[in-house]
Amino acid sequence: MNSGLKFLYAAAAVLLAGAAGMAIAAGADLGQTQKQATNWTAIAMFAIFVGATMYITKWAAGKTKSASDFYTAGGGITGFQNGLAIAGDYMSAASFLGISGLVFASGFDGLIFSIGWLVGWPVITFLMAERLRNLGKFTFADVASYRFAQTPLRTFAATGTLVVVAFYLIAQMVGAGQLIKVLFGLDYIYAVMLVGVIMMMYVLFGGMTATTWVQIIKAVLLLVGATFMAIMVLFQFGFSPEALFSKAVEVHAKHDAIMGPGALINDPISAISVGMALMFGTAGLPHILMRFFTVPNAKEARKSVAWATTWIGYFYILTFIIGFGAVVMLTQDPAAYYVPKMIDGVQAVGANGELLWDGLKGGGNMAAVHLANAVGGNMFLGFISAVAFATILAVVAGLTLSGASAVSHDLYASVWRHGNVDSATELRVSKITTLILGVVAVLLGIIFEKQNVAFMVMLAFTVACSANFPVLFMSVLWKDCTTKGAVAGGSVGLVMSVVLTILSPAVWEAALGNPKGSAMFPYASAAIFSMTAAFAVIWLVSKLDNSVQAQKERGLFADQLTRSETGVGAASASAH
Amino acid sequence: MAQETYERIRSNPKFQQFVSKRNKYSIVMSILMIIAYYGYILLIAFDKPFLATKLSPGMVTSIGIPMGVGVIVFTIVLTWIYVRRANTEFDTESEAIIKEAQQ
Repeated sequence: MNSGLKFLYAAAAVLLAGAAGMAIAAGADLGQTQKQATNWTAIAMFAIFVGATMYITKWAAGKTKSASDFYTAGGGITGFQNGLAIAGDYMSAASFLGISGLVFASGFDGLIFSIGWLVGWPVITFLMAERLRNLGKFTFADVASYRFAQTPLRTFAATGTLVVVAFYLIAQMVGAGQLIKVLFGLDYIYAVMLVGVIMMMYVLFGGMTATTWVQIIKAVLLLVGATFMAIMVLFQFGFSPEALFSKAVEVHAKHDAIMGPGALINDPISAISVGMALMFGTAGLPHILMRFFTVPNAKEARKSVAWATTWIGYFYILTFIIGFGAVVMLTQDPAAYYVPKMIDGVQAVGANGELLWDGLKGGGNMAAVHLANAVGGNMFLGFISAVAFATILAVVAGLTLSGASAVSHDLYASVWRHGNVDSATELRVSKITTLILGVVAVLLGIIFEKQNVAFMVMLAFTVACSANFPVLFMSVLWKDCTTKGAVAGGSVGLVMSVVLTILSPAVWEAALGNPKGSAMFPYASAAIFSMTAAFAVIWLVSKLDNSVQAQKERGLFADQLTRSETGVGAASASAH
Repeated sequence: MAQETYERIRSNPKFQQFVSKRNKYSIVMSILMIIAYYGYILLIAFDKPFLATKLSPGMVTSIGIPMGVGVIVFTIVLTWIYVRRANTEFDTESEAIIKEAQQ
């Protein structure tokens, strides 16, 4: 009961209070959930998924012999495959369940949210994709440190990577624990252990090859499942969106308000700031950036982002239809999907004698899952539940691999051993790191079980856009940038984004429980300040830096530019 | 070896032209995207009633919905337009420049 009350409270705070930041964060988090009856169909489907992916991992293990195989699948992934894998990384359980849940609760606002998550991709395509591929080898630090002092820059980049990975991991692990309660009817702790163990097997044995194929399979299953749901919904309305919206407006508690923007965006500063975090944060997420090194050349790198954008955009349109479908179809059978509103032990009755209902069973983010049952019965419900859980598994595997490469390639091989290390040793270090990160992820999942982690994904994006992105962008595109400038600016962005986010309402009030209105930083996202500060400090410190080292670094820009524009000398796919 | 190739590539005026042409194109495309996205966001921040206006009297669908879906489709189309041109025209030019330098 306690967790139920907590959920209702959280749902009310998040969806009704209307603060832009809180509502935006809600889309990226699953909140507290209630344990449901054990769902054997879903568990069986999930077991099939794990069985199939383990088989792939075994195949991938045979191909994972060098550090290059481990980090980048030997550079042998095609643009189309990589596009699906990137889309898989991005279409997390939170975006599937969270966005459809947001559409279910507020209609139009869900659309604003999904647009924000999409618009970073063209910017990556136009400005970053091919330069990343041409300059990098295993990690984004390879790109950023191309002409700079290795030790400070890689230490900074590895820190930026690990911070982003940690926040993202916490959100995923807690999400897994909450999901398993509703989807499979199992305890929280099982989810955390299950995700930890299976994910470690993918990464340890199959490296990037297994991680990529798990992600591709999951992306295909998710796209097929969501397409089926959207078609079933539209079929009911003769494929007329107008008919669907018209019925939704009739049955939704907010009626016509779901057809226009609601409380998601109130002040323009928050709106722009959140937009910046989403748009440029995408270009600073280490587990996304490392995927650019798995393709053989710049042509394939561009193709992969174009495919990723296509799948992600298509998927968001589907979630919008799914959310509206849930509004209409779940109210047709409230007893199956809603919690009865109880007063003194009996279900409350409205003015016209109709039964009254509280929120959805299992919480507001379960809209898509219940809709799966409504359109496809218990088998399809099992399928969607298994896919939703598999999603977390695949994303966690990608995050762990990216954290492991930051530690083994950037910190161990480059900073600690100054590059004097053979591939076998580096591979061993990355495997040990994977084990450690796996244990850390499980522990984080357990520690944060009862915490409100709604802000974690947003925080990861804010750090990515304020620390990783400016350093990457300036080192590649601005001649006068120096090591000192990059490290100083990136560090300012990192610290500012974390501190301001903690002082913002989503963390200070919603997560830490301080009274409403006490947050010192009033906006929904720190990005507009922290990202600007990072760029300003990089510029200023670089301008003031006239050391011999700085002169040398500027001198190296011409060669870096030539390589980034033509790909001559770029790390190529290993031949085997 | 790469060093010499880089120098030869840079000394080719075609390379400078090529880089500035492609960069200009990337920047124009980025600006188009930024205008589309922030335009939509600022419209939400400043004129909510406009987006909630019905497509036509008697309809339920509001203007904001096709506009929002339009931004998604625009994002996808813009990305493909860039990638098409980069993978054909630009890559052909850049390959020619590399070839000249390696002769």
